[in-house]
Amino acid sequence: MQSILRRTLASSNSLSRCRVNITSRAVSRPFAFRTIVKSSYVFLTLHETAKKYTVEHECVAFDDSTGLGVISITDHAQSSLGDVVFVELPQVGTEVAQHDQIGAVESVKAASDIYAPVSGMVEEINDTLADQPGLLNKSPEEKGWLCKIKLSDPSELEKLMNEEEYKASYEH
Amino acid sequence: MLLLRPTAIVQRTFKASTRKFSTETSQLRRTGLYDFHLENKAKMVPFAGYSMPLSYGDVGQVASHNHVRTDAGLFDVGHMVQSNFRGATATQFLEWLTPSSLSSLKPYSSILSVILNEKGGIIDDTIVTKHAEDAFYVVTNAGRKDRDLAWFQEKLEQWNTSENAKDGSVEMEVLENWGLLALQGPRAASYLQALTSFDLQKLTFGTSAFVPLEGFNLHVARGGYTGEDGFEISIPPSETVEVAKILMKYPVQLTGLGARDSLRLEAGMCLYGNDLDEDTSPVEAGLSWVIGKDRKETGEFVGAEIVREHLRSSPPRRRVGFVIDGAPARQGAKIFSGDESVGIITSGIPSPTLNKNIAMGYVKNGLHKKGTELEVEVRNRRRRAAVTSMPFIKPNYWRG
Repeated sequence: MQSILRRTLASSNSLSRCRVNITSRAVSRPFAFRTIVKSSYVFLTLHETAKKYTVEHECVAFDDSTGLGVISITDHAQSSLGDVVFVELPQVGTEVAQHDQIGAVESVKAASDIYAPVSGMVEEINDTLADQPGLLNKSPEEKGWLCKIKLSDPSELEKLMNEEEYKASYEH
Repeated sequence: MLLLRPTAIVQRTFKASTRKFSTETSQLRRTGLYDFHLENKAKMVPFAGYSMPLSYGDVGQVASHNHVRTDAGLFDVGHMVQSNFRGATATQFLEWLTPSSLSSLKPYSSILSVILNEKGGIIDDTIVTKHAEDAFYVVTNAGRKDRDLAWFQEKLEQWNTSENAKDGSVEMEVLENWGLLALQGPRAASYLQALTSFDLQKLTFGTSAFVPLEGFNLHVARGGYTGEDGFEISIPPSETVEVAKILMKYPVQLTGLGARDSLRLEAGMCLYGNDLDEDTSPVEAGLSWVIGKDRKETGEFVGAEIVREHLRSSPPRRRVGFVIDGAPARQGAKIFSGDESVGIITSGIPSPTLNKNIAMGYVKNGLHKKGTELEVEVRNRRRRAAVTSMPFIKPNYWRG
């Protein structure tokens, strides 16, 4: 992994060096810095591209090195829900099957059930949400994650949608 | 699967899904402020056959709700049905259709009332304003328009062809396309006062007047559906947009149906269709107080028999308020006492003002007393529910 990281940074350096040639020095420094950051982000998103979506607006970010899937609701879901004021999460250690109800997200106007996008065991829940349910609105797919599930059958992911397919699912 | 149940709730409460909405848009009615709402970035939803604003711009429901509690909000309630009843026997006619004491009501006073069917069930809840013995202004729910108007027509015909109308008949005029704006909140009065020479201090809760307002002369009733001080302003069709523009300036914020629902629930007020229906008597609904004192024993109004029976011996069930631990209970959640199912929740929200889950629902008579410990079932789990008196918030009415 380190080597990949080094390679990514190296390539971005060479990219920025290229750009130095065509831009003035004053501009090039922050630009080069930003390029590095951006490239490392690209590297990080190699994992994030393992994000899969359900038609009902859940998201699972799967890390194949740990076998854990981080479950969240999508940004589109939170914007439709409005201010989230209460989140109910499953208990750590619960065995869940794909499509089992594992909790709920409540805004003032309504409750939305959350169903497991994948089968497995609940390894961790986001306790911060008990005090700060608003994180679901501010950062639904990052700080507002719901729980981590140890996948029992990663092949289930194949049946879920990628980001593009997901977007198409609600835009029509 | 995360079911985006807001849509589902909108479906149930607002009677059409977004998908259905797209195909039925043409059939939805519009208030005179439809374009005004769009200009103000309203998110429109179907409600009671109308396309109505749920919220405006990116103002969330909680912020919008809080703004009405701390400052002021303006609501388009032009979907509601405004009617005039005129005629020499108008008082007697409306005392036949409602259990209210209208003969003793002072002119330019409003009261909450109910229109009852023969079984004492609530056809609609309504605000009745008396202008004179022979002139009343009545506001009813948009979602009940067809039922109400058919009922009024039928009863008017009956009345006008009977002995009752020997001193004069009664006529109904529906104020089609008239505007109705509700200006609500602790800063509503000072805002409105700056626009009129009329001394609003004299316009106490439950009274109304024709108020000169920036060149218009409008019927203003002090009251509303939020628990806050406020006004409901009736406006002729051609003037509605202009008046709305005058009333929406700082610190007033346009407020949609979302906040309207959470505000009214905190105030313990009923939403017809959720908390009231034709199988529910006013006694069951906790609305015995709308029945005139002089009418409880001898009043001859439609549905009087059942109402009287419920007043004498207790009704089978009663509407009560709840504070619920953990998850909020919503409409349809079952209420339990031990293993026994004893009732159902009709409205419930996490209260933005109180930071508690509040709800109202119907329970078996006997379990309705304040402090009774019951349980509600939310997502297959029992949650503690304590019977609580309503309103949940302290109302902030101007009583002079």
